[in-house]
Amino acid sequence: MARGIKDKVAILGMGCARFGERWDRDADQLMVEAFEEAVADAGIDTSQIDAAWMGVAFDAVNVGPSGIPLSVALRLPNVGVTKVENYCASGTESFRGAVYAVASGAADIALALGVEKLKDTGYGGLPVRSRGTTFDMVGVTGSAPGNFAQLASAYRATHGVGRDDLKRAMAHVSVKSHANGAKNPKAHLRKAVDMDTVLNAPMIAEPLGLFDCCGVSDGAACAIVTTPEIARALGKTDLVTVKALQISTSNGWELQQGGGWNGSYFHTTRIAAAKAYEEAGVTNPREQISLTEVHDCFSITELVTMEDLFLSKEGEGWRDVLDGIFDADGKVPCQIDGGLKCFGHPIGASGLRMIYENYLQLLGRAGERQRQTPPSLALSHNLGGMPSQNVSAVAIVGLADA
Amino acid sequence: MGSGILAFGAYIPKKRLQRAAIHAANAWFAGGLKGLARGERAIGDWDEDPITMAVEAARDTLTGVDRATVGGVMLASTTLPFADRQNSGVIKEALTLADETGALDVTGSQRAATSMLIQALKAAGERPQLCLAAEMRKARPASEGEMVQGDAAAGLLVGTADPVAVFRGSHSTTIDFVDHYRSAGMDFDYGWESRWIRDEGFTGLIGGALKSGLKALGVEANAIDRFIVPISVRGVPDALAKKAGIRPEAVADTLSATVGDSGAAHPLLMLVAALEAAKPGETILLIGFGQGVDLILLETTEALTTLAPRRGVQGNIARGRKDENYLRWLFHRGLLDLERGMRAEMDQKQPGTTLWRNRKAVLGLVGGRCTRTGTVQFPKSDIGVNPNDHAAHTQEDYPLADKSARVVTYTADALTYSPSPPTYYGMIDFEGGGRMMAEFADVAPEDVEVGRAMEMVFRIKGTDEQRDFTKYFWKAAPVAEL
Repeated sequence: MARGIKDKVAILGMGCARFGERWDRDADQLMVEAFEEAVADAGIDTSQIDAAWMGVAFDAVNVGPSGIPLSVALRLPNVGVTKVENYCASGTESFRGAVYAVASGAADIALALGVEKLKDTGYGGLPVRSRGTTFDMVGVTGSAPGNFAQLASAYRATHGVGRDDLKRAMAHVSVKSHANGAKNPKAHLRKAVDMDTVLNAPMIAEPLGLFDCCGVSDGAACAIVTTPEIARALGKTDLVTVKALQISTSNGWELQQGGGWNGSYFHTTRIAAAKAYEEAGVTNPREQISLTEVHDCFSITELVTMEDLFLSKEGEGWRDVLDGIFDADGKVPCQIDGGLKCFGHPIGASGLRMIYENYLQLLGRAGERQRQTPPSLALSHNLGGMPSQNVSAVAIVGLADA
Repeated sequence: MGSGILAFGAYIPKKRLQRAAIHAANAWFAGGLKGLARGERAIGDWDEDPITMAVEAARDTLTGVDRATVGGVMLASTTLPFADRQNSGVIKEALTLADETGALDVTGSQRAATSMLIQALKAAGERPQLCLAAEMRKARPASEGEMVQGDAAAGLLVGTADPVAVFRGSHSTTIDFVDHYRSAGMDFDYGWESRWIRDEGFTGLIGGALKSGLKALGVEANAIDRFIVPISVRGVPDALAKKAGIRPEAVADTLSATVGDSGAAHPLLMLVAALEAAKPGETILLIGFGQGVDLILLETTEALTTLAPRRGVQGNIARGRKDENYLRWLFHRGLLDLERGMRAEMDQKQPGTTLWRNRKAVLGLVGGRCTRTGTVQFPKSDIGVNPNDHAAHTQEDYPLADKSARVVTYTADALTYSPSPPTYYGMIDFEGGGRMMAEFADVAPEDVEVGRAMEMVFRIKGTDEQRDFTKYFWKAAPVAEL
């Protein structure tokens, strides 16, 4: 395996816009909102940024093509700005660009910013778009809930879990995230819900009801990264460093090899997680990972992801969820900030929002929702695409000495 | 032995709209149609049209037939989806027939199919011709046509080798009798008084043609065992038989109660039903009516007893599903303008170039099979999917449309736009290898689960409303467990 990037890059500053239906803001204003917090946190001037990466998924309905919108919004000093798009993993993808630039020595200070402005589409949920001229002739352009709902049918069949048991476990995921989101002032949804509300909600895509689905939000999140040495030279004492950063991309096996993948898990997440743990030196994730932010676009996604991250045994994730293992006060909290479900899901920003929360938690700056057991290693998982074909990103950040 | 029919098949959409449901909605306006408010009519789903129905009828017809032998495909219909794109050419691709196959669309009259059949029978040569007829007529709400019509398709394979029914001759008249008409590009028929049509059209023209035709064909009226008159007006076939001296028990059921009048397809549909019921040695007289009359005389043979089992008209009738949602049907036929929401606005533009390059995969559901590993995949690709051997440039064509499949994952998606929500779809694995994410057709909520057996059906995938283009592809439909 490659040598990896453990502890080669430190987070100098982070920022995150308030997520939600931001009728008052354009995408460039959301970028500025996140950037101003990050640059103040970093304690640098814009002129010190050597390179930037911008993550945005639905550029056609908000900022348009290229890295120019970021460069213009932040008035960057004519440095290289690359726009990246990797479905809903675009945020972590932008972080990877900045981290790799610093790790390589090509940049001293690099910026990653993810943004998405989705509330100008005129309807809830993700915009319907082409997946290419060939796919459009033979593929299924279902909704995101429909694509992910299929996990549930396969999970039930693979593990012999009853329909009602799985539905209850899924509901627990959402009830937990709502409880957490209620404590987060930047979250899109800040209202707690109970099990009955979740279980009895209208069906969106069998078996996912309304509360099993995250909505879409407007928002932006930003990270400024540098080397640990430069960070210390700039006066930073409590350093959060990147321990691992892995992305795994489907090569068509899940979707095309008959009898291969059974539809109940994420092949790529298992690969990305295993590589990330190796890169970070984590041998027992359930004991070593302090908290997680995972891609809970749908309750069932979070549930099976607990298994794919090796935090639950295969087929037992639903029991662990019901046992509260992943609650805010559980063994390994998941979405202590409310997750995609309640913090919100401005697609290109989400991967960075997860890292932002882990960064705050590691530094003890998470306010009312701060994890009481001091965390040392935090994992974020950012997934783009659909179960049968996707991009899975795992980032582990931690205290420099962890 | 001469030419004849080598094989036959049919397709009738599963949905059977109850005529009482139509009348319940329209009685306030068209109370006079109460007498027709009995039985049920076949209605195509939103994703069916004469091309898709004809493909299914063709597949039924070709049960047990080596498709490489087929020399031509013809489609008769007055409701062809394309005015200038060979409709039978789409069918040729869907059936993965050889490129060296002739094709012909036949249209313009309710007797298009019988005239097509006469030509095929007369011209029959070494390679059999696939004669298809399909019809999906639009009728205005509260019209008689809405009550009596039905959607269906039928197929006949015409050739010379060992026919199940031998061609004994035909007789045609052509007279510009305008009982109804539909001008080019228009949706609806305009019809004249039914009493005049009965007296001058049915009794006069058909009666006259029968008299001269039977004589010309050299057959005694009482020798006719099955008399097929595709006219759904009650009593007309019986009266014609009586006047011509044909035995009353020879008069074929018009399928009015179960299917409805499938227009240009109806003579062939009724002929298929007759062939299914016939024994060897029977004489069949088939009528086609529309601006004149066609008479086709056939005689069944022993070959009928060894023909491979097929779904046919009876099998299709048996698998019908009652439907009482009249408004949904109006919407599916474009007769009700429902608010579809912004999600329906997605541009469905079909590049001609990509369809051309991928025509086998898209229209024929042809995947790839790696000649080195045997791995089957859809679609075909330069580098194979097998994780143990990503062999490059080793794949051969591998048709999947006739493979059975099983559900691996599924959902019922109420969010994505569909003319018939929720949209059922999921991953399926084919028997013998290969998998795909597929939309499901003809699914009932209680009839979908992981492991469910499915079969592939040719359907409309989407419509480019801006540019008037219909996109076809294959979907998976539940199949009765064996």
